[in-house]
Amino acid sequence: MNPCIQAPTNSASPHLLHILYALQQQYRHISAESINQVAASLDLPVSQVAAVVEFYAFFSREPCGRYHLLLSNCTSCGYLAGDTNLLLALSQRMGVNPGKTRADGLVSLGETSCIGLCDQGAALLVNSVPLVARDLDRVEQMAQLITTETPLAHWPDEWFCIQNRIPKPGLLLQHRWDAGAGLRAALLCGVTETLARIQQSGLRGRGGAGFNTGTKWQSCLAAPGAAHYVICNADEGEPGTFKDRVLLQHHADTMVEGMTLCAFVIGAEKGFVYLRGEYRYLLPHLQAVLAQRRQSGLLGACILGQREFNFDIELVVGAGAYICGEESALIESLEGKPGIPRVRPPFPVTQGYLGQPTVVNNVETFIAAAHIACRGSAWFAAVGTAASTGSKILSISGDCQSPGIYEYPFGVCVQQVLDDCGADQVQAVQVGGPSGTLLGKDAFNRALGFEDLSTGGSFLIFGQQRDLLTVNRNFARFFAHESCGFCTPCRVGTQLLKNGLDKIIEGNATPADVDEITRLGLLVNHRSHCGLGQTAANHLLQGLAHFPAAVTQRLTQADFTPQFDLDAALEAARQITQRDDADAHLDN
Amino acid sequence: MQKTNPTIHVDGQEIPFKVGQTIMDAALAAKVYIPHLCHYPGLTPHGNCKLCMVDIGNKNVTACTTAAVAGQQIRNNTETLNAARKTVTQMLFIEGDHICPSCEKTGNCKLQAMAYYLGMLDNHFPQFYPRREMDASHATILLDRSRCILCDLCVRASREVDGKNVFAIAGRSTNAHLIVNSPSGKLGDSNIQTDDLAAHICPVGAILIKEQGYDVPIGQRIYDQQTIRDVGLNEAIPEKQGNHHD
Repeated sequence: MNPCIQAPTNSASPHLLHILYALQQQYRHISAESINQVAASLDLPVSQVAAVVEFYAFFSREPCGRYHLLLSNCTSCGYLAGDTNLLLALSQRMGVNPGKTRADGLVSLGETSCIGLCDQGAALLVNSVPLVARDLDRVEQMAQLITTETPLAHWPDEWFCIQNRIPKPGLLLQHRWDAGAGLRAALLCGVTETLARIQQSGLRGRGGAGFNTGTKWQSCLAAPGAAHYVICNADEGEPGTFKDRVLLQHHADTMVEGMTLCAFVIGAEKGFVYLRGEYRYLLPHLQAVLAQRRQSGLLGACILGQREFNFDIELVVGAGAYICGEESALIESLEGKPGIPRVRPPFPVTQGYLGQPTVVNNVETFIAAAHIACRGSAWFAAVGTAASTGSKILSISGDCQSPGIYEYPFGVCVQQVLDDCGADQVQAVQVGGPSGTLLGKDAFNRALGFEDLSTGGSFLIFGQQRDLLTVNRNFARFFAHESCGFCTPCRVGTQLLKNGLDKIIEGNATPADVDEITRLGLLVNHRSHCGLGQTAANHLLQGLAHFPAAVTQRLTQADFTPQFDLDAALEAARQITQRDDADAHLDN
Repeated sequence: MQKTNPTIHVDGQEIPFKVGQTIMDAALAAKVYIPHLCHYPGLTPHGNCKLCMVDIGNKNVTACTTAAVAGQQIRNNTETLNAARKTVTQMLFIEGDHICPSCEKTGNCKLQAMAYYLGMLDNHFPQFYPRREMDASHATILLDRSRCILCDLCVRASREVDGKNVFAIAGRSTNAHLIVNSPSGKLGDSNIQTDDLAAHICPVGAILIKEQGYDVPIGQRIYDQQTIRDVGLNEAIPEKQGNHHD
């Protein structure tokens, strides 16, 4: 046997996040004792392990139930996506409040940020496995299975079945992929020419920020370091995004090839795929893809028989933190720390993983790079616009007939997309998720592309019947929950924005409160440390600008109203004193 | 050979700097005050409080973490920036429990002094009233998390100067809180000592030395005598303790 083809073992890596996940599964929480043991075994400070446990949403210090249900609160796959509040229904049916574990330890219930099942309907994670809850009927059946303590293995298979719909494949998705084709082309033409192809293609990062991929690879190649690293950001957490879920399921081989090409260019021997915890169920599939490629000599030692070409990939699974989609936070997380974005510069291309030059690219970017390597830059640049070459893969969900994955040449206008997915009576579209751009009807002629509407791929459609202010509140809660807590404007500001929106929706706000929330939104956007805070108020500021009526119709015209309902605040006192007479109420 | 130092401009004033210095380093060396809470010269800058926000063109950066680059035109002491700083200070006030009249740190507290410096007359926002744990387990040092502003100074002081690593920040969003690096999570089980810098560097009343709170009467305390600007221009960790002075 050729020693070059020998496959390295792919036992679960002893990554801190994986060890903690195993503990969480086994004991349903991570105790102080466990934290001390993990710290001792990995030779880490107790405080670092504790800080990681407390940072990630899927770890808990208090015991969860034997059935731990986390319902998505996304506007598309969340518990409010249908007609019924499924969280409330489950809470009443199971006799447990959201955020709590039932006294007998059977069940715990909570919310979680978008789990990327927006094209499937209301969804949840049960013991970290995604399940399409769909409607009240299914939730009722689920409650019954929990009550009878039926193991998940005996729950109906179709509940766990996630069917990917790709109504419109385009440049990347319509082509059959020949594993190794990109690498063979690269080996034929060498590093310089391969890099030139990526540069000439005009490929820009598909995560939304749109940094030029060729420039990134070249900067990393040029940066001195003891080692270089390739990281694939598969931590798509923007509510409404699920394209990576589909890409990882159907195009993982192409993605790995893109990573391997990057390794070839920058001279890396080690790569990581950082997979969001919500997609843990894809892990066996991804491991199989890696194993197959090692077998085929496309990954591992001596790739395609080249003695100097060694590159392998480790899969690391996150644990519920949107912020880890930010590249420097992702690197912190890979290093076994809380996902707090670093001060930039230095950027990861010069000081990334373990302080070494690192390329971080999106799943879709690596897939595009692989195709470019074998089909050439002209093939890619012929599609799209001058500033935005190629195609964009969109995750379309919300109020439309055919949610799913759509791939368009850049430059396509919003109205075209709406027509294709069967969305009429559209009130607004949120392009790029809560951190992106809110568009009203008058802007549906705008085009997708870095020069106009930049997007990571989330495309949320809101019909006429939607109350946009509750959408704003949903987004505001999302940012308040996902803020990493590092800097003051974002940590406190996102909380204040959430409270401000609550005040408006509850009918306690005056015009002065709108001025206040606007001032606050601008401050959070301008003064926060990273992209999360810098975009956290976009939806609100744009909502106020484009849909002012959604707010003004809820305002009281009084000069002052209290932050809370004074009479309601006395309810506890009334209950204690068992009074409900007129004197126990305030005149409102 | 003529030697010219590179310079930056802060509010129009030309300030020389050495390559490698941050905007904050250069400004403080030139006795130009940029408000700051989470920065302490001699410790690795962190950039979390955002009080040292300055504007360069249409870019907004933190002075403590941004390298000085020749020719930068920096706006610092402007109405806009000081208004934003005041809002950030108010955010810090309402996020924790900062009730100055009953706090033994009053007069020595940088948060309070910053509020005075920026002309903050009220909290403006409704209080959050967080539930945070008090830790009185240590014989001589008290940890009252409700007053913590998450500035990370104790974390860095312990690691970089005391060589101990007693503290860390855990949790996210407004659940972020200070934790202690000991098996029980209690300060009493850590190796912190009364004369450690980490026990003294807290800008607010979160880490206090027990039984010394009123040794200095109110009215004779640090910020009863000087503004935070006067103090901020002159404080630094002594060079032999500092970690990266050249």
